Amino acid sequence: MNALLILPVIVPLLTAALMLLVYRRGATQRTLGVASALIQFALAGVLLYVVATRGIQVSHLGGWPARFGITFVADLLSALMVMLSGTIALAAAVYSTWNIDRERRAYGFYPLMQALLMGANGAFLTGDFFNLYVWFEVLLIASFVLLVLGNERPQMEGALKYVTLNLISSMLFLTAVGILYGSVSALNMADIAVKLPELPSSITGALAVLLLVAFGIKAAVFPLFFWLPDSYHTPPATVIAIFAGLLTKVGIYSMLRVFTLFFHNNASNDQMLILWIAGFTMAVGVLGAVAQAEVRRILAFHSVSQMGYIVMGFALMSAASVAGAIFFILHHGIVKSNLFLIAGVMQKRGGSTRLKDLGALSQREPFLAGLFFVTAMSLAGLPPLSGFWAKLSLVQAGLEIGTPEAFSVIGVSLAVSIFTLISMIKIWTEAFWKPAPEDLEPAAPEVSRSVVFAMFAPILFLTVLIVLMGLMPEPVLNLVREAAEQLRDRAGYVRAVLGVELQ
Amino acid sequence: MNIILSLVIGGLYGAGLFMMLRRSITKLLFGLILWGHGSNLLIFVACGLVRGAPPLIPEGQTTLEPPYADPVAQALILTAIVISFAVVAFTAVLLYRIYRTIGTDDIDQLRASDS
Repeated sequence: MNALLILPVIVPLLTAALMLLVYRRGATQRTLGVASALIQFALAGVLLYVVATRGIQVSHLGGWPARFGITFVADLLSALMVMLSGTIALAAAVYSTWNIDRERRAYGFYPLMQALLMGANGAFLTGDFFNLYVWFEVLLIASFVLLVLGNERPQMEGALKYVTLNLISSMLFLTAVGILYGSVSALNMADIAVKLPELPSSITGALAVLLLVAFGIKAAVFPLFFWLPDSYHTPPATVIAIFAGLLTKVGIYSMLRVFTLFFHNNASNDQMLILWIAGFTMAVGVLGAVAQAEVRRILAFHSVSQMGYIVMGFALMSAASVAGAIFFILHHGIVKSNLFLIAGVMQKRGGSTRLKDLGALSQREPFLAGLFFVTAMSLAGLPPLSGFWAKLSLVQAGLEIGTPEAFSVIGVSLAVSIFTLISMIKIWTEAFWKPAPEDLEPAAPEVSRSVVFAMFAPILFLTVLIVLMGLMPEPVLNLVREAAEQLRDRAGYVRAVLGVELQ
Repeated sequence: MNIILSLVIGGLYGAGLFMMLRRSITKLLFGLILWGHGSNLLIFVACGLVRGAPPLIPEGQTTLEPPYADPVAQALILTAIVISFAVVAFTAVLLYRIYRTIGTDDIDQLRASDS
């Protein structure tokens, strides 16, 4: 037993249980939330350090050896994802101290947020395929409730689409698990990787496509993304920052894991399909964003578009491109969460998130304007920010491959970057530069210093990370390169989990 | 038996998809329930039907001789049933709240989140 792998799941679980004990005390719940997030952040850091220095960590739950019990496995990709989840948890926990109203708190916002984090960490760390399904469901049910807390009409309608599509995705996943277990009698992912090549390609091909659709819905790729833009603009900023940072990432993480570990042969068969998906996701998402006039809807469509970049990285299937995709996941999780947190402050301080009702924020909120500018430029991929390195490593990887398909998808991605920049500039000019509209509501009343701290500290924290990743990309780039190498080294994964050599 | 059950599974998935594509949110819920049942039955069939052979080690022996019914598949189905029960219960309440808020059963009327 290696406790370090279990703790990212246990800590949120215990926190949620403690929060339920102090259900009526909002202040205690908030303190617990921040304290727990700090612990999760530190734990994720330790886990990342241990995995980076000592290689893949494995923990057999209950002492049952792999194949019989459930195994938790942390390779570098998992550890980086847990690190991302810890970072976003920390920002969101501080931000939630002002952003969550009494009613949402009374309906259990804080314990649910912990449940969501538990589900995400579990999904990142588990090495058992059915267990992955269970973590998905833990994550989903928490996200369902977080999405509808507040009972407003647009929330309900967004939730209907989100719930339906995600349930369909879960059932497709369950179907695939059933077929997989029926054909190889294995649930441990390393064990499946060993046994899967014995199957006829008709079954593995069908399984690959089933899982591609199931995870594609969760990752919000074309043409399965419709739940995302319709649900992301309704709940409070804290909820959406966590969703934007983690939910789609769980889908893309599973896709990466499954296609590198199980279907490394099929993936090359399906490569054209996945490349088309990537191209359309980037293009359709960004075109949707350009057409919107509401900050959070613009950001939601960009989430779709950016998923396309990640899918492109993994569809190109070279070590460098997978490394680029992992870098992009980290960059996008932080940047998009931060933009949604900023949108929450814009709503509070500017009175709205509709571009036509906003204006002159750069004079009224110069600090916020600066933070938004840095983050938005990072999303568009301008040097020297994190987005630049993310896109650069993807483009370099594509050029190295040098096939016509790679060139065309890289072309699409560069064109999409320009549109991303255009719509970020649109938010900037409309919300920050344009003179305030005549009927603008008077400036929000002065709030206490602690609220101002809770508003800006998380945004500042994430912005500093973005700038650091931009100015000193080397350590992160080295980590993601190594993570990509580990993903391609299937034998190493199998050896670490099962202790046998892969034929 | 395999053939019959496979046809039943296909029927459940097909009927579920048909229901989900209707405009009524009640039928959407039925569609989701049918898919849940279909996938549970699929695990059951895909893992092999064995009749009258519980996975019990007979007295006097130390190992289990095939054929026996795979207990793992049944554990998977049991877990999946519990999860789908909870999720369907949540969805039913959500759909009822949507019906109360919007006052219609027609998905085409749900346009508040589009703009």
